[in-house]
Amino acid sequence: MNNKRSLITLLTLLLPMLILPQNTNISTDNWITSPGIIGTVVLILIVFLVAIIILLAKLNTYADTYKRKQLNKKGLEFTEEMIGMREEEIDRILEGRKKALNFKLSGDELGSQETVKDRKGLVNMVTHEPENPMFDEKKNTPIALETPEPLKKIVLYYLGTAVFWLVFGTLVGQYVGMKFVWPEMDSQPWLSFGRLRPVHTNAVFWGWASLAMIGLGYFVIARTSNTVIHNYKSAWYSLILINLAVLLGTLFLMGGINNGGGEYREYIWPVMLLFAIAIIITFWNFYKTVASRKIKDIYVSNWYILAALIWTTVLAIIGYLPNFQDGLGETVIQGYYMHQGVGMWFMTFTLGLIYYYLPSSLNKPIYSYSLGVLAFWTQMLFYTMIGTHHFVFSPLPWWLQTTAIVFSAGMFIPVVAGTTNFLMTMKGSWNHISKSYVLPFFLVGVIFYFVGSTQGSLQAFRFTNYVWHFTDFNVAHSHMTMYGIITFILWACFYTILPKLTGKEPPQVFVGAHFWLAFIGLFAYMMSLMAGGTLKGLSWIDGNAFLESVILMKPYWVWRAIGGSLMFVSHLVFAYNFYYMVNNKKPIENLDAPVLERVNN
Amino acid sequence: MFDFHKNHKILVLAAFLGFVTLSFIVAVFPAYQMQDVEPLPGQVQLTENERKGLNLYIKEGCVACHTQQVRNIEMDNTWGDRPSIPSDYIFSKERMDIWRQSPSLLGSERTGPDLTDIGRRQPSEAWHLLHLYNPRTVVGASIMPSYPWLFKEVESGSVKENNVVVNLPEGYATSSGRTLIAKEEALQLVAYLQSLKQVKLPDGQVEEFIPALKQIQTEGNKVNQGSASASGINGAQLYKQACAVCHQDNGKGVAGAFPPLAGSPIVNDVDPELMIRIILQGYDARSEYASMQPFADQLSDAEIAAIANHERTSWGNNAPEITEEEVRKLREFVENQPSN
Repeated sequence: MNNKRSLITLLTLLLPMLILPQNTNISTDNWITSPGIIGTVVLILIVFLVAIIILLAKLNTYADTYKRKQLNKKGLEFTEEMIGMREEEIDRILEGRKKALNFKLSGDELGSQETVKDRKGLVNMVTHEPENPMFDEKKNTPIALETPEPLKKIVLYYLGTAVFWLVFGTLVGQYVGMKFVWPEMDSQPWLSFGRLRPVHTNAVFWGWASLAMIGLGYFVIARTSNTVIHNYKSAWYSLILINLAVLLGTLFLMGGINNGGGEYREYIWPVMLLFAIAIIITFWNFYKTVASRKIKDIYVSNWYILAALIWTTVLAIIGYLPNFQDGLGETVIQGYYMHQGVGMWFMTFTLGLIYYYLPSSLNKPIYSYSLGVLAFWTQMLFYTMIGTHHFVFSPLPWWLQTTAIVFSAGMFIPVVAGTTNFLMTMKGSWNHISKSYVLPFFLVGVIFYFVGSTQGSLQAFRFTNYVWHFTDFNVAHSHMTMYGIITFILWACFYTILPKLTGKEPPQVFVGAHFWLAFIGLFAYMMSLMAGGTLKGLSWIDGNAFLESVILMKPYWVWRAIGGSLMFVSHLVFAYNFYYMVNNKKPIENLDAPVLERVNN
Repeated sequence: MFDFHKNHKILVLAAFLGFVTLSFIVAVFPAYQMQDVEPLPGQVQLTENERKGLNLYIKEGCVACHTQQVRNIEMDNTWGDRPSIPSDYIFSKERMDIWRQSPSLLGSERTGPDLTDIGRRQPSEAWHLLHLYNPRTVVGASIMPSYPWLFKEVESGSVKENNVVVNLPEGYATSSGRTLIAKEEALQLVAYLQSLKQVKLPDGQVEEFIPALKQIQTEGNKVNQGSASASGINGAQLYKQACAVCHQDNGKGVAGAFPPLAGSPIVNDVDPELMIRIILQGYDARSEYASMQPFADQLSDAEIAAIANHERTSWGNNAPEITEEEVRKLREFVENQPSN
């Protein structure tokens, strides 16, 4: 006991030293053994391990298929044997079989003359509602959920436009990535790197991810409140406003009109205002729906979703108000804005979606409700404070930088709480990995949630910042999070809910192509930029001429372009899958009905 | 009362107030305070032309690849004499117009070099124009985009006197009878880049870099050895940093803009006086080439000696090496000369 306490005291004392190696003795000699770098390598190995596990599970399925084929072969041999049999012998077997088939129970074999009654409702009252399910459903069959037609329509339109912006935004991203390899690809002002880069980031942020989240959110809000959406019309208005904002913003950016170059707030304020209005409308719509819920408790998903909307509104207002943005005030707000855009909007909203769609896809409750609540409040506390870690060693106040670094370390709490919760929910359902691609998508997303966020915290430490800041490592990190976490989880939600809404599931081979192309592409993208970024940082520290760091990056930029191409192709496959799921209007037959009828009759 | 699980009003209100409070602590108050800075003595406002150049800098998204912040760590010493301080940004960071806010200049990526001090490091307009038209004319390995739309090709006969002509090297040259001139935008952008110079801190104030371990050790060694030889300084590397953008890595220069050093009679002269004076004072004696800036303020005697020796012994050049002492003497001589 005493030992334990002293250990804890020691750790508490050491922790600040671990995360705040303030000034002295930074060298490149043993960079490989610095805690931040070791941490990152370990984290990447985790991702790699998960990929291998998924691959093995898939291989296992193929082995099973092979075994089944062997059995079929045996059956064939049996048939051949039958053919070789004499006629009288076959007749005799057939006679016996006919007799067996025509046999009927009289109904009173057990000695009773009464008809069957189900007094306790054990058979008739079987329910598939989330409350108190009597037994688990089979997973891989698409179950049509009874969804009001207007809700279904609005969700599909949100998701449809989101898919468009994903394909558009990543096409631009892919093009921009290729310019690192071939800088002379074109000489049009509106296609130049500086103008297209924000087109890419903003299109995938405000177009793809935001629309997809809100669309998926509409379903969660209605479903978990057990009621109808407050106002469908305003849902359509905000859909139009967001699309308009992204469209106008894209055109303005290509025309060279941007809001001063601060990352993720390149849209000028009239454009961002449209987006903000849409967010406020959506918030009100969700809020009123939750307020009129038919159950007492507010499901934890709705906590996250409502908070994401309200936090983002505040964020947009602070980010665009001009009163405190001259001088370096702009930089303080920039750090705050760009980090909270990711943390309070995308991450918070997406967490809300996981809390519904992950248990729903596995048809079981979330592992721990309280962990979800803990993660919620710590998310707010820690995430809000860490924006300035984008400006470590900058002329911003040292105390602000230190606060950001300390709270970055604090991010471990919500991240570990969330990851534990999701993994424990998955526990016991691992066989789903071989049955469908929904769980692999979720699993990759959740693992990246842990890896990406933890790696981000490590990157905020002063030594790792020393090596990695300003290098391509940052780009790798943002793709690890916005793509590895947000996009993979959104895809998992798409594949969870769309078959249930439309009754159509795309061929597994296409979903598989989507998954593997996106995953391998992301891995190539991120590894090349991480390796190249590290070497670049070391080259700078060693005081080599700047141009050498450009030259050494060249092969890594080629690999990045290759990874990016794989990712883009996977989006085309995904767009096809989406089309496949929404195109066919024919509802599937309700598989449950015949079962119950059979039991009843 | 605080039943977040059942009361949606309390839940939303708590999330809202919590976030707003934290945002004020970590963003709004610090941002408000950061606006309250004084300019440094000697710091000048941007001229109209330079401000237009800054707007172009933002318009073309230069901030995506170029930072403008010298961090207080040793490796950033390449980009400026001292770490950046809030006052450095006082004139460039005000709202651009009603539609666009103050520009975000610090940047988050250094795909290209930091530009805090580019006006001192590279003051030549000719170099900047060539580099903007096509960066690969002067820096072969560069991946920066070209900006041909800032330039205009005209009939050679119609070139007016006040037009700024860009002399393109072989392989990039315009077809015969036509000449490339810089549009106003190109000149504004270059004017802005030339204006980017770190202002010296007033006397007595020092902003220090956090040193790297290696640096501390080498400096320690130097002290131990007494008068150190200049061998610690890598002339080839310094040449790459300070000279190669114009004279090129292979010493061949850029035809029509920057003279070759390989085979140059000045470099190969046994008497190094003219060569060292050119490095110290700059050079503008030959009309077919762009003028060269003085390096006296930027390079120490030892560094100049190292660079000169690299030039005198590379690319087939073969001249005797010079010493730091010779450079020091010439510097004294040059400084005592009455300025003309």
